[in-house]
Amino acid sequence: MAFLDEIQRARSEKAPREKLGRMARWEARWGYAFIALWMVGFSLWYLIPMAASLVFSLFDFELTNLSAARFVGLGNWRRLLFEDPLVWQSLRVTFTFALISLPVGMVSAFFLAVLLNSKHLIAANLFRTLFYAPAMVPAVAGVLIWSGVLDPTTGWINRLIAFVFQVDVVGPNGIRWLADPVLVYIAYTLIGLWGIGNAILYNLASLQGVPTELYEAADIDGAGWWRKLTSITVPMVSPVIFYNLVLGVIALLQFFVTPYVLTGGSGFPQGQTYYYMIHFFKQAFGFLNMGYGATIAWFMFLIALGITVLLFGTAKYWVYYAAERR
Amino acid sequence: MAASATRPSAAPAAAASAPQRVDGMHARNAVVRAAITSLVLVILLLYLMPLGYSIATSLKSKEQVSDVNAPILPSAPERFEFEGETYDVYRVPTEEGEQRWALVTPGRNSSMFVDTQNPDAGLFEWEGRWRTLAPAYRLAFQWSNYQRAYEFIDFIRLLGFTLMYAGITTIAATASAAIVAYGFARFKFPFRNVLFIVLISTIILPPQVTLVPTYAFFFQLGWVGTWLPLIVPQFFSNAYNVFLLRQYFMTIPTSMEEAARIDGAGPIRTFVSVILPQAVPALIAVSLFHFFFAWNDFFGPLIYLAGNADINPLAVGLFRFNGLYSSEPQLIQAASILTMIIPLLIFFFAQRFFMQGIVLTGDK
Repeated sequence: MAFLDEIQRARSEKAPREKLGRMARWEARWGYAFIALWMVGFSLWYLIPMAASLVFSLFDFELTNLSAARFVGLGNWRRLLFEDPLVWQSLRVTFTFALISLPVGMVSAFFLAVLLNSKHLIAANLFRTLFYAPAMVPAVAGVLIWSGVLDPTTGWINRLIAFVFQVDVVGPNGIRWLADPVLVYIAYTLIGLWGIGNAILYNLASLQGVPTELYEAADIDGAGWWRKLTSITVPMVSPVIFYNLVLGVIALLQFFVTPYVLTGGSGFPQGQTYYYMIHFFKQAFGFLNMGYGATIAWFMFLIALGITVLLFGTAKYWVYYAAERR
Repeated sequence: MAASATRPSAAPAAAASAPQRVDGMHARNAVVRAAITSLVLVILLLYLMPLGYSIATSLKSKEQVSDVNAPILPSAPERFEFEGETYDVYRVPTEEGEQRWALVTPGRNSSMFVDTQNPDAGLFEWEGRWRTLAPAYRLAFQWSNYQRAYEFIDFIRLLGFTLMYAGITTIAATASAAIVAYGFARFKFPFRNVLFIVLISTIILPPQVTLVPTYAFFFQLGWVGTWLPLIVPQFFSNAYNVFLLRQYFMTIPTSMEEAARIDGAGPIRTFVSVILPQAVPALIAVSLFHFFFAWNDFFGPLIYLAGNADINPLAVGLFRFNGLYSSEPQLIQAASILTMIIPLLIFFFAQRFFMQGIVLTGDK
């Protein structure tokens, strides 16, 4: 929603083309004066670097030895698409994780928001604050805390499972969350749950905006809790779900801190945490392959663009915008 | 929340004076409230459990962390002083329940104990193998872990750089975003819509696509290894902050600005003395967002300060500390807690502005 709506709304607006009067010229000059800072910044930090990045992708060079730069044409692109198995492996890892972690995170955020919005909940504001608090824990500290809590011997997760289900999962034959090639996805998803604070609040704000008449009408029709949830709440909140989905996908393409803090970028176990962003970091800043690094980054941009366009294209089938906003 | 929590109608349904039907509804309401609140409480406890683990571990001794059979709360083996000597205390099952007895003379099949509750009764013999007994623990907090983590991580120095970075860029980012947002909110100019779309598109642009040339540029300037590449770009406004402030500015009625203009105030004067004072909540929200972003920033300092560990912020310092002291989980957890205290405190004190700001980005 919000700024994403803005894009959709503005696309349909036509700017009036008229000759500017004296007052209008004065206003336009001041307008440009106020946004000048951004225009300079946009050119310096977005426009020029993006173009330069594309140019870089045609060269093979190291920063410390610019004179040895070599024009390789589409060589870097060929390497990326056909000769570097790590690109595809890291994309597989990234998308597998996204397919697990995004639905879990989004569904959890939605249901937590529904609970926190309940009129039956006592001390709702206190609960909202406390559920948001983990989002305030600095990322590196959060990952280190989780790495401790998931420890097979001393962590509390295994101890809790052992206590609740009365099974022997602590110690040498404990569940090795971060060392098992399948469980590691679950472990990273759990770690990601500490980052859903914003999504909870967006959902909550949207839930509070659902007109109560809708529920009253549904009550008269005899609709149950689940029916009201799926027929009223979810459609009304769908713009927020869409927004969280777009931002979530793009954030996951850049997923870095968790695997880097836990593994140093080694991909342990068995390359299952070798995310696309880790590959980029290693090539660009580990091996200082600036040309190839720029290629990897541009490819990431193209993927992000493709997914965003795709999601916007599907939006009209499942995202409900209340009538007055169309 | 206070009003609903103390509503007298939630009183027990036994109040006989009320009509039956209403009584039943109140009882049902109270049950639903209790059920939902307990459900949320259980989820919350699970959600915050890692934090509990971290605090508990940060206060344990190294021996306790590595001992699987030790209690989960910070503890030390209980000792008992008897006739000038100290002895280990064990939990001994007896007919009168579990007793805490100090082991004085261990033997193979029977040992001499003294009762910690009643030492005057003197030594007595207990039949059984003392090795099968569980040691008794008492709560003990190793506050010195925090002191050690504080010293090892060079906390004050890291904190200084983190505060410097967060402080300068928060002011720069908020001020520049306010200026740009005012331009977009209040002036009509050709291509305004197009430019605004370009601006907000940069929110969803992965920053990596601009990173390599930007890094090369700073490298040529000789700025890599200093804080400049992380600070300077923040003076040019950031799309997210501009968007948020513009939304807020557009909700401010224009009447006061028009009055100021009639009085002869120019746009700059109007902006500073009419708009900014009315936008304080939004400015605080943006400042908080940026402050937390800067406090949290890991990737930027990691690559730009790579060769210069002396000027790292807390996030990178904590990461390096973890690499050096991975065999001492209690110090890692203590250091993690140290880095989160300030953001958490600020959050709890300023949460009203913070939450409003988040809702603002979600609203139309």
